[in-house]
Amino acid sequence: MDIDFHDITVSVNGRKYQRRVESRMLLSDFLRHDLALAGTHVGCEHGVCGACTILLDGEPVRSCLMLAVQAKNHEISTVEGLANKDGGYHPLQQAMHDHHGLQCGYCTPGILMTMTAFLDENNSPSEDEVREALSGNLCRCTGYQNIVDAVMSAATRMRG
Amino acid sequence: MKPAPFKYIAASSVEHALALKAEHGDDAKFLAGGQSLLPAMNFRLARPAVLIDINGIEGLAGIRPSAGATRVGPVTRYRALQRDAAFTQAFPLIGEALPHIAHPQIRNRGTIGGNLSHADPASELPAIALALRARLRAQAANRQRWIEASEFFAGALTTDLQSDEMLTEIELPLQKPRTGACFMEIARRRGDFAIVGVAAMVTLGDQNKCTEVRLAFCGVGETPVDASPAADGVIGHQLTEEAIRDVAASAQKMIEPGGSVHATADYQRHIAGVLTERALQTAYLRVHDGH
Repeated sequence: MDIDFHDITVSVNGRKYQRRVESRMLLSDFLRHDLALAGTHVGCEHGVCGACTILLDGEPVRSCLMLAVQAKNHEISTVEGLANKDGGYHPLQQAMHDHHGLQCGYCTPGILMTMTAFLDENNSPSEDEVREALSGNLCRCTGYQNIVDAVMSAATRMRG
Repeated sequence: MKPAPFKYIAASSVEHALALKAEHGDDAKFLAGGQSLLPAMNFRLARPAVLIDINGIEGLAGIRPSAGATRVGPVTRYRALQRDAAFTQAFPLIGEALPHIAHPQIRNRGTIGGNLSHADPASELPAIALALRARLRAQAANRQRWIEASEFFAGALTTDLQSDEMLTEIELPLQKPRTGACFMEIARRRGDFAIVGVAAMVTLGDQNKCTEVRLAFCGVGETPVDASPAADGVIGHQLTEEAIRDVAASAQKMIEPGGSVHATADYQRHIAGVLTERALQTAYLRVHDGH
């Protein structure tokens, strides 16, 4: 079979990229290898672990369960775009730091993308709602409690 | 772990998608949300030669009222259903099942039509389609037909859809007046496939006697199971606690769960009985007390 290429334009963290991709290129690999945005981590590659979560038009999705060609003309946000323009942490990044919400850090980008989008929609969640929102992200280090604490603390800070 | 090579075509219209499917037949797969297809392709369990992306087709997503029913486009995402309060109130079985379907990230992408076409017997929506007596519109390039949910699910991951057909609409009949509904499931963890799930609907008439009871299970066989006949004995009678126990015992005999490393067949059958009792009780209270 001839290799099936497609020309795409994608916006990632507000910057436009034009690239030629093979149809079978996963969005996760496209971000990491073609755009050198290696903050998006790849764990299971079948939609279970949540490490590769990015925002597609503002909604958290698994980038390993999308083809790069499907992102054509869409807006992608990754962990690289989370900090302020001056380099300061997003309130959830700061809270994860303060509450020891990570150990090895492998799951952290996916958790940050999932939970920042969640907090944008619900800025005064219950602990149970936080656990439900977090249910699609595996963390094998922390036991989750410190992540939940961090999200609750970030919610308080973001409410002002 | 990467998909095997394939040709990707973004269909511009239903006609375009159907023409492509007619041309490529079983070598082609429709790509909707991709939340089951892409994992299978990443594992190379599925190796379609052609992928027909239907996400960009206008009019395939959305919820439309029609006479006595609601019609849902196949590319309507779980999240869109969840956010539509009028829809989840009209179809509380679906509203109650949606939080059990995988995780938020999957629900942002997965679609109702992809789910039903994938026909995973452990999945919630096929069983609910049975309970709601849904009809599914199958279109091919030169013909179309409506398929009853009871005829649609042919086996594990197998539907009545022919190789040139696409599911293009789902029709959900509105609940009858004085109907209570309840969906329950038991899974090992949040978002996992259910060990057993049950959808129950109870319709009451004069003196709160049952005029119709529907029951459907997921996770207990090769297809979703319509166990409504288990309740034949209570039609025309009040739904007492004893009657509910009898229905649950009959329903347990109507299923042939396969068992797995996580739950033996006996345990699944036990859980099916317990959930049937709870779901019927809840559905009954919801209509009886007017919730």
